[in-house]
Amino acid sequence: MKKLFPVHHVMGYVFSLVLSVVALSVILWDMSLAVGMTILIICAAIQMGVQLFMFMHIGETGTKTSLYTNIAYALFVGLVTVFGTLFTMIWGYQ
Amino acid sequence: MKWDEFFVTGEPMIYGAMVSIVVVSLAIVIGLTYFKKWGYLWREWLTTVDHKRIGIMYIISALLMLFRGGVDGLLMRSQLAIPENGLLDAQHYNEIFTTHGVVMILFMAMPFIIGLMNVVVPLQIGARDVAFPRLNAVSFWLFFAGAMLFNLSFVIGGSPDAGWTAYFPLASNEFSPTVGMNYYSIAIQIAGIGTLMTGVNFIATILKMRAPGMTLMKMPMFTWSILITSVIILFAFPVLTVALALMMFDRLFGSQFFTMANGGMDMLWANLFWVWGHPEVYIVILPAFGIFSEVISTFSRKNLYGYASMVGSMVVISLLSFVVWAHHFYTMGHGAMVNGVFSITTMLIAVPTGVKIFNWLLTLHKGRIEFTTPMLYSLAFIPIFTIGGVTGVMLAMASADYQYHNTMFLVAHFHYVLIPGTVFAVLAGFYYWFPKLFGFRLNERQGKLAFWLIAVSFNVTFMPLFFLGLKGMTRRMYTYSADTGFGPLNLIATIGAFGLALGFILLVYNIYWSFRYAPRETSGDPWNARTLEWSTHSPIPDYNFAIVPTVTGRDPFWEHKKGGHQLYKGKYEEIHMPSNSGQPIILAGIFFLFGFSMVFSWWVPAIIAGIGIIVMMAVRSFERDHGYHIPVREIEETEARLRGEQA
Repeated sequence: MKKLFPVHHVMGYVFSLVLSVVALSVILWDMSLAVGMTILIICAAIQMGVQLFMFMHIGETGTKTSLYTNIAYALFVGLVTVFGTLFTMIWGYQ
Repeated sequence: MKWDEFFVTGEPMIYGAMVSIVVVSLAIVIGLTYFKKWGYLWREWLTTVDHKRIGIMYIISALLMLFRGGVDGLLMRSQLAIPENGLLDAQHYNEIFTTHGVVMILFMAMPFIIGLMNVVVPLQIGARDVAFPRLNAVSFWLFFAGAMLFNLSFVIGGSPDAGWTAYFPLASNEFSPTVGMNYYSIAIQIAGIGTLMTGVNFIATILKMRAPGMTLMKMPMFTWSILITSVIILFAFPVLTVALALMMFDRLFGSQFFTMANGGMDMLWANLFWVWGHPEVYIVILPAFGIFSEVISTFSRKNLYGYASMVGSMVVISLLSFVVWAHHFYTMGHGAMVNGVFSITTMLIAVPTGVKIFNWLLTLHKGRIEFTTPMLYSLAFIPIFTIGGVTGVMLAMASADYQYHNTMFLVAHFHYVLIPGTVFAVLAGFYYWFPKLFGFRLNERQGKLAFWLIAVSFNVTFMPLFFLGLKGMTRRMYTYSADTGFGPLNLIATIGAFGLALGFILLVYNIYWSFRYAPRETSGDPWNARTLEWSTHSPIPDYNFAIVPTVTGRDPFWEHKKGGHQLYKGKYEEIHMPSNSGQPIILAGIFFLFGFSMVFSWWVPAIIAGIGIIVMMAVRSFERDHGYHIPVREIEETEARLRGEQA
């Protein structure tokens, strides 16, 4: 029975919910921009870890090359999207 | 809500469409009942998890959508044929160019390509199915549910009318008060989930299920193009998913992401749309490059020139495709820095694309060229696509783009890229792989006639638009006065559009004619081709390969035919197959009801359908289905029958 119960998934799900509630607190309570952003960024970093390790089983793969290629590509697309959007919509906007 | 708000009323053309929908549906139901085909349809097609049958269903849907989008195109061209034409009013014209764009890109080009990759990729890598056959069926049925939901909009509730790009604030509740844009956000979302799962499925298939000996650098070029395409799907589609979800929140729940007040930002929609939209262009063009590589190599009787540079250029294109999106809105208020950066990245894309063009030319060089129908499409692609590419570089220059932006010049450019790039490619692939699936070739004479009609009419339709654009005719204008002088060129374009329609009708007639009269092939290799898919029988047995092939080179079947390499070693063993399931189509049906209820903000049915979706996923999680095994004796019998031996 212990083998059948998806402990990791349930834990990951609970963590995701808790992290979302913590992130929500930023707008529910009045706090300065710096404090708010710090909370959000920390939550986002932990959330990413939860997703990668508890749902995507990132530690369980045999071949490290495909793993690193995948993460590098994902980081490239993610960073380009976020900073590219800031670049086009805010920094470079007339 | 009153009935006349629910159904679209007051348009004779739409009444005609309603009547024809009812008549066709009745004819299908009566026909299936009369010929007692319900059971066959359910067992063999609707519940299938076989990649070949799913591929065929994708292609049939794509052809249907080609005709829907094509009729939209013909209506637009008819309206513009003469100045001050009264065929369509402004609202109707807006709806038609919106649905033409969405249908052609998302419900024609995408499923045609996904259909071909479903059919071909597992065969090319020597696999018996995709990595997750059940998920594949879910992908197809979600796409189908999304496509049907979108198509329903023009008779129930009203079509979306804010352009296929759905820019805010035009697409907001304030300026698009009907449910049309709700259909847009929800139908595309449902189809998009299916596409995303296809991407995951094919990455897993190509990375994990290749035949022994087939290293990455020995894969056929079409499979390579699909691997890269799937990677782009995986990274680009989530952006669309998020953007459409935000749009849905704005329209249904009153959030303010894309509004102009309360901290919203309308331009953010255009930004997110094109962060997905530009990679999407490469999602539909890279498989085309793969198809052309296969066809050109086969009919030049040579191996592909510059294999490694072909792969390398596709990888570079996949990365560059993510850093060029702002060139779609140069004129919307960015500084010189932003436009400069995106001009340079855009022009850079011409470099790897040029590498590919030269590789094809050098593959043709000194080849023994055979002018079959798929080869004609591939050869016509090279010069026509180059015109599209060169005008693309013109548009890429931000300062010059202020002149071209949103004119007919742009419309001509992207049709010059997408039609030879995607449509010619899928047609070439269709003619090329058709005998593999059905065991007979499409008639070559009719095929060539259709090709010439399509290729010539295409240029007659779209070449005048370059000049109309330079003269100042903007896109999406529903009429113009005679004084503008746009009349004659528009008339020529309209004549071309009807020629194109004739070409596509001939294509369908060719399918019908060949089904009845074409001679059946006895070998599985009608074109004397090079890759693994041609080494099995036509039609293909359920299990694809009786023995898993062993590969040593890039053209394994060619080497096998030349006697240098034995493909099939060993003896028959029991084959493990996935069993069919009705769950995917039921799940997609519930998604359709969910989407339809959401479009009209009917919350109770939407919640019930939402619970239904979760129940279906739970059922799947607790299901125990280990598939079935085909015994050796049955394989021997099937193989003997397919070789034409008497039992």
